[in-house]
Amino acid sequence: MEKSALYRRRRIVNVICLGISLLAVLFGLFWLVWILWTLLANGLQAIGPSLFTLSTPPPGSEGGLSNAIFGSLLMSLLATLIGTPIGILAGTYVAEYGRRGWLGPTTRFINDILLSAPSIVIGLFVYAVYVANVQHFSGWAGAFALSLIVIPVVLKTTENMLRMVPDTMREAAAALGAPQWIVISSVTLRGARAGIITGIMLAIARISGETAPLLFTALNNQFWSVNMDAPMANLPVVIFQFAMSPYRDWQTLAWGGALLITMSVLTLNILARVLFPQKSTLA
Amino acid sequence: MGAVHHTPVAPQGASFQPGMSHSIPESRLKRQRWYDLAFRNTTRLFASLVLVLLSGILVTLIVGSWPAIKAFGPEFLISTEWNPVTKKFGGLVPVFGTLTTSFIALLIGIPVSFGIATFLTELSPLWLRRPIGTAIELLAAIPSIIYGMWGLFIFAPIFAEHIQPWMIDHLGPIWLIGPLFKGAPQGIGILSAGIILAIMVIPFIASVMRDVFEVVPPMLKESAYAVGATTWEVVWNVVLPYTKIGVVGGILLGLGRALGETMAVTFVIGNAHRVGTSLFSPGNSIASALANEFTEADGVLYTSALVELGLILFLITFIVLALSKILLYQLAKREGTLT
Repeated sequence: MEKSALYRRRRIVNVICLGISLLAVLFGLFWLVWILWTLLANGLQAIGPSLFTLSTPPPGSEGGLSNAIFGSLLMSLLATLIGTPIGILAGTYVAEYGRRGWLGPTTRFINDILLSAPSIVIGLFVYAVYVANVQHFSGWAGAFALSLIVIPVVLKTTENMLRMVPDTMREAAAALGAPQWIVISSVTLRGARAGIITGIMLAIARISGETAPLLFTALNNQFWSVNMDAPMANLPVVIFQFAMSPYRDWQTLAWGGALLITMSVLTLNILARVLFPQKSTLA
Repeated sequence: MGAVHHTPVAPQGASFQPGMSHSIPESRLKRQRWYDLAFRNTTRLFASLVLVLLSGILVTLIVGSWPAIKAFGPEFLISTEWNPVTKKFGGLVPVFGTLTTSFIALLIGIPVSFGIATFLTELSPLWLRRPIGTAIELLAAIPSIIYGMWGLFIFAPIFAEHIQPWMIDHLGPIWLIGPLFKGAPQGIGILSAGIILAIMVIPFIASVMRDVFEVVPPMLKESAYAVGATTWEVVWNVVLPYTKIGVVGGILLGLGRALGETMAVTFVIGNAHRVGTSLFSPGNSIASALANEFTEADGVLYTSALVELGLILFLITFIVLALSKILLYQLAKREGTLT
């Protein structure tokens, strides 16, 4: 009798705890659904042709986000172009040459920290070394700040992907007499290509929503501008300013921009995962 | 050099011809050796760039905050004054705000993440693992400014209208924790910021927990099942003790994320430079103080005080993340030796 009571208690505890764990999953999914639903409900009304053709308006008049969309695209593109080669080369060193010695492990450790370091500090850094020296905010400063966020992401995935290439492939290439740089560039890097592309996609997704590092670097520009040497409009900062404003139409535009960013970021993330499945990339 | 004469070397590029047997001219070998050296050193240069970047950030922050460090000394850390007019600055309010909001985030985030990781590794049918895991990770992909907007326009009003009054009625009278839940239900404030941070760190903590749960040798779990343990007992008494280093590492990673989170907090924390006893009162965090005030700060001392806040933030997150990584490496190393 006593024994069955113990069993029953253990079973009840088991069911309760597993039930709670199911609830935890629902709790997580609940926010995701809620946030996405909110974005759709508020953002769809702002989506229209004028969103892509008109520049950010003064309060009370019609406008769109074309200058901000362009600025975001341009700065993200440049940041990716600057950050990707650096990340890939550094990642190659860590994975291929860094197995012995101090530089490889140290770089890996520091990179892991930079990967999660507060992005606003990156903004402060670029402000101090670049903006403060040239005395004005600029698109270049924004692109530099974003590229500093691209580097750790690309470095990390490159390294992880290269480590997954079996050593036998390196040995096979070396046994044919290939010098190490050819082994790395045309055997291991080529083998890891898919994974590295995923890393780049995730890096682009990451920077397209980054606001904090742009606040002190690209700032914002109310007008259409292609001058990288002047303050440049970009979606995140425009969303920040418009959402915090008391004007209805600005807030509507902010929702439209928010929907736009979230959809592109989520699409990139899902594409990266579907095209090149791999283990979690968060840590 | 003579020893390698008969070694076939790929001519150039990637086309290997195993059947090649003629000897390679010395000059070509030399060139390949030079390419090798150049390639190795280029990658090494870029790897060191990462270290330069970190030291660059540190040095810049120290240089930038020097005027404030000189003017206020260690008192900066305990003073709550923040007055641009009299040029008296102290960092306690934002530091306190950063720590409190992150603490609330962990308080909510740890159990939820543990539940999610348990579900994903022990309960979920196989076909459901990937979709749910991806959905949870997508929470981390949503840009933080979106969390901020959603928090300010959607979450805060609902929170103020329905949840805060309930908390005031039911938690307010409780001894000791009562004062935390007093004051006007405004929706924005320390508690709201903490809750939104919790949602943001859950995917990070949950995905580390899931990853470390997955490395538990099946034999251990099966042995426990074989002696009659329930699923929950296996998770609590076998999986968790086995992975506790990694779990702590994951929690610290989430903490590191929460500490530096900027935009989401800026929207909902209320940006008030004071310390309230209530969690409902508006406060400030380091990151949101920077986001709000940095571009408008005039005067060397004001800017420099803000940079010093940035330095403090960077140092705290650096320590937390470094600890997190050390713990996770330790677990990985143990795995390496065990298998």
